[in-house]
Amino acid sequence: MTFTDFLVAIALVSLGACVGTPLRVFVSSFIAHHLGDVFPWGILVVNVTGCLMMGALIAYVQAHGLAVTRELWLLGAVGFLGSYTTASSFALQTLTLVHARRAHLAVAYVVSSAALGIAAAGVGYVLTLPMMGPH
Amino acid sequence: MFGPDLRIYSLITVGGVIGSLLRWLVAVLVPLTAGGLPWPTFIANAMGCFVIGLVSTGTTSNGFHPLGPRARLFIMTGICGGYTTFSAFSGEELRFLLAGDLRRAVIYLALSLASWLAAVWLGDTIARRLNMAR
Repeated sequence: MTFTDFLVAIALVSLGACVGTPLRVFVSSFIAHHLGDVFPWGILVVNVTGCLMMGALIAYVQAHGLAVTRELWLLGAVGFLGSYTTASSFALQTLTLVHARRAHLAVAYVVSSAALGIAAAGVGYVLTLPMMGPH
Repeated sequence: MFGPDLRIYSLITVGGVIGSLLRWLVAVLVPLTAGGLPWPTFIANAMGCFVIGLVSTGTTSNGFHPLGPRARLFIMTGICGGYTTFSAFSGEELRFLLAGDLRRAVIYLALSLASWLAAVWLGDTIARRLNMAR
């Protein structure tokens, strides 16, 4: 990696995070405002929608090759989706549910996050791949 | 407008940029394929979960190191939120499944969830001890 590549990477990751981070706060606050915050619907929606976009991005990168999509990956996957989705809030909310003696909700949160997250990545991938055309 | 005011949004975003750059740095420094598992994501997420557990419990008004609500949001929602990621984890799971590597998919899933939850629990437990010793 040259020094210029390094600076470009820093700029792209930062730019993506400048959009992904406030979007996470906005979407999770918006969802919590409408559905309440007993169950962490906000971060669940953030993580699942982020995984959907990640699946689509993986299909795009796979179709066009990483050499062409390196900048897009830094901007979209590392910066934007990386900062939009979160594992730390997910883990903290799970622990909070356990401490509040809502173990059944904690289990439901962990299972639904993992299952819906991985399924959403698959859906994003499957929906995007046919649009990429023959390569 | 939903969520905090614009100043807090900006503060959290600065934290998110710092966290994202740190996560990218881990990805640059840690060899990607040792043992066939995506260690950079694994390490960043486990570390971030530990820190959010420690900070969440240790910086309340009666914690061992009290911080104001803004500083807490900056560290937890900003830095930890930007440093950790769920989408990379799912993307890596998708790659394992597309490659037909069900064994690695299951191992990575179990290892990830267990490490995140163990790390946040450890951070919380250490902070509780420090809070009591204060």
